[in-house]
Amino acid sequence: MITVIDAGPLSTVQDLGRQSYGNLGLPRAGAADGMSLRVANRLVGNADEAAALEMTVRGAALRFETGTAVALAGARTEATLDGEPVPMYQSLLVRAGATLRIGRITEGWRTYLAVAGGIGVPPVLGSRSSDTLSGLGPAPLVAGNRLPVAPFNLAEGFYLRSPPRFPQEVRLRVLPGPHDEWFTENALQTLVGTSCRVSAQSDRSGLRLEGMALPRARQEELSSAGMTVGAIQVTGGGLPIVLLPNHGSTGGYPVIATVISADIPMLGQLGPGNSIRFTLVTRDAALKALRERERRLQQDIVGADAGLLAARALMMLAGRHPSLKQAVMDDGKRRLRIRRGD
Amino acid sequence: MKVRYFGDSSLLVETEDATVAQGLRAELLAEAIPGLRELVPGFRSLLVTADPLVTDLEALAQRLQRRGPPKFSLPVPRQHEFTVSYDGEDLAPLARRLGMEADDLIRRHTAPIYTVAFLGFAPGFPYLTGLDPALHAPRRASPRLRVPAGSVAIADEFCGIYPQATPGGWQLLGHTQAPLFDPGREHPALLAPGDRVRFRAVR
Repeated sequence: MITVIDAGPLSTVQDLGRQSYGNLGLPRAGAADGMSLRVANRLVGNADEAAALEMTVRGAALRFETGTAVALAGARTEATLDGEPVPMYQSLLVRAGATLRIGRITEGWRTYLAVAGGIGVPPVLGSRSSDTLSGLGPAPLVAGNRLPVAPFNLAEGFYLRSPPRFPQEVRLRVLPGPHDEWFTENALQTLVGTSCRVSAQSDRSGLRLEGMALPRARQEELSSAGMTVGAIQVTGGGLPIVLLPNHGSTGGYPVIATVISADIPMLGQLGPGNSIRFTLVTRDAALKALRERERRLQQDIVGADAGLLAARALMMLAGRHPSLKQAVMDDGKRRLRIRRGD
Repeated sequence: MKVRYFGDSSLLVETEDATVAQGLRAELLAEAIPGLRELVPGFRSLLVTADPLVTDLEALAQRLQRRGPPKFSLPVPRQHEFTVSYDGEDLAPLARRLGMEADDLIRRHTAPIYTVAFLGFAPGFPYLTGLDPALHAPRRASPRLRVPAGSVAIADEFCGIYPQATPGGWQLLGHTQAPLFDPGREHPALLAPGDRVRFRAVR
């Protein structure tokens, strides 16, 4: 079990979402930055689709009643384990009774905490995700919640080579359409030629963009159609909204362009203060970028075998040596850092 | 059928109507296309989403373009009657705007037998066709951040029911207690495309 001491402003359980229920009107939900979720999961030896915590603005404080392994990925933040700073992007061994505090986010928008074996809240329609639009699945965390976790089962530890950065200004690649004829000829040129800002009216359903008006050639609404993450919808007033994974399953605004799959995880790391520039690419370039992203994910997660196995052995010993507080891999350099209690 | 590319992972197939979209969904499901992730019918469209590293979307698009109308027919429609308290926040202002008494609006809203065209937006939310043209009205200029669960609402040519409390921009006429969505049931959504719906006013 994990006990939530402080939930932070918006912390939810997320996996890769509810797939194939769109015909019943279900939003997919799932991690806003699916790539960081997958990285965090792989760092503790989980399958990509295991449930983890998604934390926004500021992280949670958690007490681990069960010893386990965890990893932090996504937006940059400072975390401490029993008061000692711990790095992101690598497996950390957490002893029963330890407290993990995840601080303010300093770069990016959402931080993910994966736990070995996944967070075992009961699945609802094939997923453990909090659907923040409809309320399906577990509610956002509050202090006092207890999250079931499987017993410690990490056989090997990992770290990520070259963790991603989340700059203030990002470039997102798009494919035009599907509703090109709803817009004037220069609307697409405006979209790719102008930089825009993410509005404060943004959430897990979508990012509202400011500083760019995209004139529509047709004012009538679209007949409601299935929508997809990354779609750039344009309201009657010409304001763009980029859909995030918790968007409604169908929508009635025309879509001027759609963010390519390789860049969709970045959408989950944007919030007020970020600016975006869109660039047009070809379908071939979009698929190449997606293949490259998957190849890098395979390559960049590196086993921290010897060090972590030693750490694991120490963790087992820790049961008999309560003075041992912490054993972590140091910055993925195959060095083991051991700290004793007072 | 006209097929539009929607990003690098989806196709939007335009269909004659909602029934064709449902039929096409059933046919494509039966084909078990490798890499297929999601089939979402809309009012006049079917969204087809697949893993582009597994499915050749261009080949699929060409195949769909050449395809004739589906032969599949919807199952026998079920009939539902929902009792509605017509106490929605938009009832009186909307009636004034449409130049009718609130009672007249309620009478016109309870008269038709509606048909479920598709489920969209949120879990179990039905898009119902059959609304009296005298009641066609645009959605609210600014959506509400929270519409109460069970709200019976209209927008444009549709009537809908909000199964959960969600944000929403439709005009609220009243509310019903009908359990529209329950993830614990074998069929979580109470309504299915093709089903018929009537509303009965209670005071």
